[in-house]
Amino acid sequence: MKRPGLKVETLITLDTVASILLAWELVTRFKLVTDILLPSPGTVWTTFLQIRAEGYKDHSLLQHLAASLGRLGAAFALVVVTAIPLGLWSGCNSKVSAVLDPLVEFVRPLPPLAYYTLLVLWLGIENGSKIALLALAGFPPVFIACVAGVKRVKGDLLQCARTLGASQGQLFLHVVFPACLPDIFTGLRTALGVTYSTLVAAEMVAAITGIGWMVLDASKFLRSDVIFVGIILMGLTGILLDRALRLIEVKAVPWKEKNR
Amino acid sequence: MNSAAGSIQIEALHKTFAGADGHTVQALDDITLSIRQGQFVAIVGSSGCGKSTLLRLIAGLDLPSSGRLLFDGEPVTGPDRLRGMVFQDPNLFPWLTVRQNIAFGPRMRGRARETAAAVDALAALVGLGDFIHSWPHQLSGGMAQRAALARTLVNEPEVLLLDEPLGALDSFTRMAMQDEILRLWAELGPTAVMVTHDIDEAIYMSDRVVIMTPRPGRISQVIDIDLPRPRDRGGDAFLRLRARLLEVFHLAHRVPATPEYSL
Repeated sequence: MKRPGLKVETLITLDTVASILLAWELVTRFKLVTDILLPSPGTVWTTFLQIRAEGYKDHSLLQHLAASLGRLGAAFALVVVTAIPLGLWSGCNSKVSAVLDPLVEFVRPLPPLAYYTLLVLWLGIENGSKIALLALAGFPPVFIACVAGVKRVKGDLLQCARTLGASQGQLFLHVVFPACLPDIFTGLRTALGVTYSTLVAAEMVAAITGIGWMVLDASKFLRSDVIFVGIILMGLTGILLDRALRLIEVKAVPWKEKNR
Repeated sequence: MNSAAGSIQIEALHKTFAGADGHTVQALDDITLSIRQGQFVAIVGSSGCGKSTLLRLIAGLDLPSSGRLLFDGEPVTGPDRLRGMVFQDPNLFPWLTVRQNIAFGPRMRGRARETAAAVDALAALVGLGDFIHSWPHQLSGGMAQRAALARTLVNEPEVLLLDEPLGALDSFTRMAMQDEILRLWAELGPTAVMVTHDIDEAIYMSDRVVIMTPRPGRISQVIDIDLPRPRDRGGDAFLRLRARLLEVFHLAHRVPATPEYSL
């Protein structure tokens, strides 16, 4: 793998972004569409600065972001501590898998909004139902990735570990788990995407904070500039979160880079 | 290392597997074999003769269907670090460095600290002293197999089981590794049982060659190799033994002596 200073592909990516911004600017500069449908980049930037300085509806921009990321973080933590052990267990034990697989198969394709009302009724209108919604959306990808990961562990590797004196418990902890780590991270990144896109839905009901809520609230008043600020912030945050997860992956799976 | 024990007694051993279509497959039929402590035994035979199955049974990865398999006088009931096994694929753990791979066994026994020096010494002994912090994927095939050897030997096995460990290597690396294994065997003194399909390798390395035939897997003959080490691969005695083994193989496999056409 060569690592030149700036790759052609990076330049193309930057060019693409610049072209879109330019096209956006031109379309609005020559008033090809009305401001309400498409605010100019300048207006969006001004709105961003204004929201950053004054907040949006009683809360600062940072509070909105923190509220969203807090829900996301709590849900994600919940997924990590439930889906990984259950997925690995289910992959190792066909009886456990007989219990869990159909449940996960059932929940996985459901649109989260379909059961959100029930969650609100059961868990209340506060953060609990929102976190539960995100966690339910994020659970299946991680669970399924773990099951697949266990199935892919080479039988020879397990037998080798047994001849080296590993007990059943040690096989799980020292062979199955590390062997599945690359799959686990793939699952986590998918889950991050799914939970993140469910966030707006989760903040639709009875929230007064959150980036998703900000966008929905702005929609009611046709504040397209605020909608744009929210969407761009969500997009960038999403990329940053994924990058962060990838960084953790490189630290946790240092052998993966060239091996797979 | 431990040189007090490491004998294997196999008596009237049978092993059957359930085939995919329901009926059973006789993998090993009436195997009786006694391996003395410290001996180097090679098991040769064509594929399907059950030689790897026999090795797996000695390792304890499988259990006999009937008959007895004793290790130091005790029945084998499961894998044990005292019967270490090296596979054809090095099977290094990709998430561990070379050093961590070698230290795997001691770590499982909670003796990582006490054996740290032994791990480094073994890494040096197999010629990987400069590579202990490498990842397995950075090693060549021969180096990976050396690491696998060291990982097994650090457990101080009484029996070293080798399942075609050099089968995937090119012939130069292969011959170098044969000497390497012999050197380690002589230095550390375990009983060694090696499965191979290479007759030269069997004669070059072992004290006894066990010849097996397939369907069902049986021992057809056991030949003692009384040549002094180091052996000359091109020497007369070596070639005579080679010719004899090949003859046994032709007989054992009933290759038609006459062509199937006639003039």
